[in-house]
This record gives sequence, C-alpha cells and structure tokens, in this order.
Amino acid sequence: MELTAEPLIPGAPTSGLCLALTAPISFWGGVDPRSGTIIDARHPECGRNIAGTVLALPGTIGSSSASAVLLELVHAGKAPAALLMDEPDAILLLGLIVAREMGWPTPPAFRLSAEEQKALSGRRIMLSATGRLAFAAADGETSGG
Amino acid sequence: MVELSADERAVAAGERGEGAAMALRIVAEAARLMGAPRLIPIASAHIDGALYHGDSGTLFAERLVEGGARVAVRASLNVGALTPAGCAAVRLPPHEHEMARRMMRAYEAMGCEPSWTCAPYQAGHRPVAGTDVAWGESNAVVFCNSVLGARTNRYGDFLDIACAISGRAPDYGLHRRQNRLASLLIDTTGLSPELRRSDVFYPVLGTILGRRAGSAIAVIDGLRDCTTEDRLKALGAAAASAGGVGLFHVAGVTPEAPDVATALGGEPPRERIMLTPGDVAAALAGLSTAGGTGRIDAVAIGSPHLSPAEVDELERLLAGRRLRLPLYANTGRHVLAPLERSGRRKALEQAGIVFVVDTCVVVTPILPELDGAVLMTNSGKFAHYAPGNTGYAVIYGSLSECVESAVAGRLVREPRQWS
Repeated sequence: MELTAEPLIPGAPTSGLCLALTAPISFWGGVDPRSGTIIDARHPECGRNIAGTVLALPGTIGSSSASAVLLELVHAGKAPAALLMDEPDAILLLGLIVAREMGWPTPPAFRLSAEEQKALSGRRIMLSATGRLAFAAADGETSGG
Repeated sequence: MVELSADERAVAAGERGEGAAMALRIVAEAARLMGAPRLIPIASAHIDGALYHGDSGTLFAERLVEGGARVAVRASLNVGALTPAGCAAVRLPPHEHEMARRMMRAYEAMGCEPSWTCAPYQAGHRPVAGTDVAWGESNAVVFCNSVLGARTNRYGDFLDIACAISGRAPDYGLHRRQNRLASLLIDTTGLSPELRRSDVFYPVLGTILGRRAGSAIAVIDGLRDCTTEDRLKALGAAAASAGGVGLFHVAGVTPEAPDVATALGGEPPRERIMLTPGDVAAALAGLSTAGGTGRIDAVAIGSPHLSPAEVDELERLLAGRRLRLPLYANTGRHVLAPLERSGRRKALEQAGIVFVVDTCVVVTPILPELDGAVLMTNSGKFAHYAPGNTGYAVIYGSLSECVESAVAGRLVREPRQWS
C-alpha cells in the first residue's frame, strides 16, 4: 500500500510510529508543552505522548495559542516527527513556520484525510520529502489499510 | 498561491533588516496556508503574543528585536504574565518569572504600547469602522469586529506581531465584506424586557451564542435599547470562550446591523433560534461548576478588564462596607491611574479589594492554592476558564451578588426572574 500526502510544511524525509488520534484536539490545554503528553482529560488518547510520532490529526480545535504550544514542543525536542492533518490549521502550523525561521529542526506537515489516517494507526511510517508515505520494512504487521 | 508586491518581496529578502524580513515571511506563509491571494495593509494591531507560555516565545520575540524589527502600525499589548504596575503578587517560579519579564520587555522594545490590557478598545484604541486591522485576544477580536465594525480575523501568537511589524495581513476571512454577513438568527423577544436589560444576562447570552454559532456569524434580534458597551463586551467575551465566535451582529445596535435583513444580506437565515427561558436556565446552570456548596474562597471580576463605569458600579454597590473575602478586580493601568490620583484606589483597597493590573487571575498564578476552592464571578469568560486554569470551581452571579457575597463571606443570592 502506498499513499501520497500533500506537503503543507515541507521538510526532510522522516519516519515514526503513527499515532492516529480518534478525536479533534486543542494543543493549548490539550498537550503538555514540556513533555508532549496529551493532558486533556476528555480526549480519548489522554495519557499518550506525541513526541517522535507521525501524528495524525482528524481535526484541531483552534485556540490561538496552539502555535505557541507547538513551537515550545519543537524547542523542547518533544515535537512529533511529522504531522498529518485532515484540514490545514494555519494557527497550529504557524508554530512550525516560526520554528523554521528560528533555525530549529522542524518536522514536516502534510495533508491527509481523516479516513486515510485511520489505516495508519499504530504502524511504523516512512515519509518522503514529497509526501510519499510507506510502511517501514521493520513493521511486522500485515498490511491493514 | 499568494502573490507579493515588489515592495513586499524586497522586505522579505531583507532590505529593511532581518527582523522585518522574518515578520513578512511569516505573514506570507500564513497567507499561503489560509489560501489568501495577497496581503493587505492594516491600520493597527493588538498583540496577544506577549503572554508567556514557554521559553520559545521569549526567544522568538528577542530574535525579532535583535533583527531590528519595529512595529509599522499602532500596536497595543494584551495582558502579560506579570504585573509591572504593582498590586497583586504573581507566584511564578524564578526562571519563568525572568523569561516572562524578558518577553514583555522585548515586545515593548519593538514599539508596542505598554497598554497590557484585554480591553484595548476601552483604553483609547478604537479603529475606525471598515478599516482592516490585525487583532489578537478572542474578546478583543469579537469586540473590534462586532461593536467597532473594524475588520480582523482571529490573529494568534506570532502572527499578530508579524502583521504589526510588516503592516500587512493575509486577505481572507473577515477582512472580506461578503464573509461578514450573518447566517444564523437568534431571537430574544421571547424573554422578558427586565432580563434583556440586566447586566447578568449578557454573559449567559454569550455562552448560548458561542455554543449555537460555533464559528458561524449570528444576528441577535430583540436587544434594541437594552445594551450598553460593557454588556456587549461581556456578551462577546463569553461567546468567544464558549465557541469560535469572531463576529456577531445585534440588530439596531451594532454598526453592520441597522436591521436584521441587512445583517443577513437580504437572504433568509440558515437557522432561526427562538430563545426560551429554558435555554437561558440551562446556559446559566452550565456557567457554575461548584455544585450546591455555599463555600466561596474569593471573588474575581474584570474579564475583560473592568471599565471606569464598572469600577463606579462596584464602588456604589460596596457602599463603604468592608469585605470578608478577597475581591480581585482585574483591570488595566488606564483605569487604575485615575483611581490612584483621586485617592479612590486606596479607599477601595482598604475595603478589601485587590486590584490586579496588566494581567489577570486566570492567565498567571495569583489566586492562593487551596483544596476544593470556589471562585465567584460575574464574568462568563472567567466562569469558562477558571476551573481549568486555576483549579477553582466557579459560581456565576451578578455583580451585586458577587459584592454581597464578598461582604457576607458566603454565597448571597438575590431573587431574579430568569425568563
């Protein structure tokens, strides 16, 4: 199985375990900016950590400080390896734009529908710079999507 | 694809220094992600980005200062995490305190006005109707759009200062006239005139507006001759905390709504909501989280920051009595300075009022840490954010109930028809 995701914020090729959230999230108040742990008690993935994952977001709840939380995660080395977004959220992605301007290592962001995100949950994903998406060879599971 | 002018391209390439270049590149990248075809000039900015969330925001502001960035338009500052004008003590640990201080200093160094208020529109910053501006802070955004009739999207951290430095904003959303029309009609004529003319109704109405509208635009009917500027302020603040509201219209009151039909652009509404006393009662109940307790540990008012008229009303209700509970009065230095000069500040503080200036009790640690603590407030915005941000449960009530409770040291309710 191979998918191509549209680049929103381009970056170097990357890989990581896909954490596909099952509900929209507000980064401000929903993710601890120091650790990357999901802290919103009402979120189904509360307690999971987004650092280093290929984070699939079916939706975002737009606090205007979401960008500050994402920038703080990048600065703390706790950002996801890549973001997959159903809809581009300019407020959240601004955190990556600013991180890039600051010269900090910035994860890429891609557009991928919430439906396509589901099939990636729990799989190890490789992403090319152009958004070509493949399961990593180390992934022991049979193809699920 | 966003198309930059020759001048904008030159700035982005560094012609006016690296700070200005960085700001313009950020605005252009935001425009690309939002699908805006071009940038437009702005008349002013209100900056929410100087509130400390972590060291990275301080480093960003200092990078702009090192690059020689200055704001190109009038730029007022929203609250910070500290209170340089004095008053209540902020309990931030030393490292965070220092980074918050550096951040506030960096924004001032770029030429932003040290207004430090979430009600800049009552501190002399009132853009003209129809002009494009770039404002942050959700209550200021909704007031600017709805009550002043100036045009802004909800500008968040980093983009607000980047717009102020470049004097430009992405051309999309509420900057465009056709996107400012209402699609939702909320009819309040089924509620009593007494309720519609009471301060305590507006945060409740705002909560309903936020829940029902989400980010859609509503026109509210039935409030002609019922509103004041402070009531519209409370309505917008509650709506912007309960939902993503950036603009509302009030028929016969706000500048883009001489009547319902104009606000709707001559089209029938997508949805019409007739408010009932039951809707009001449900929203009212949702504003309190403390359950049946009579316990109150503190009272907080002033979100958005108190106006001079609201301080007058507080003083009138207090009527020279002393408070048993601390009453935190959150406001700006523009309000405190005249109170100081006239000696009223001292008298109010002697009665037990704690002024919180340049910041507020839900954005920085000021309230004492207590187990099971309860905060009483007349602010829909405080009611929404206090439980998560301070750990206090909340009880919502009128200003009069807040003052009487603070005097008595326990919950005091006044009879009122919520219909």
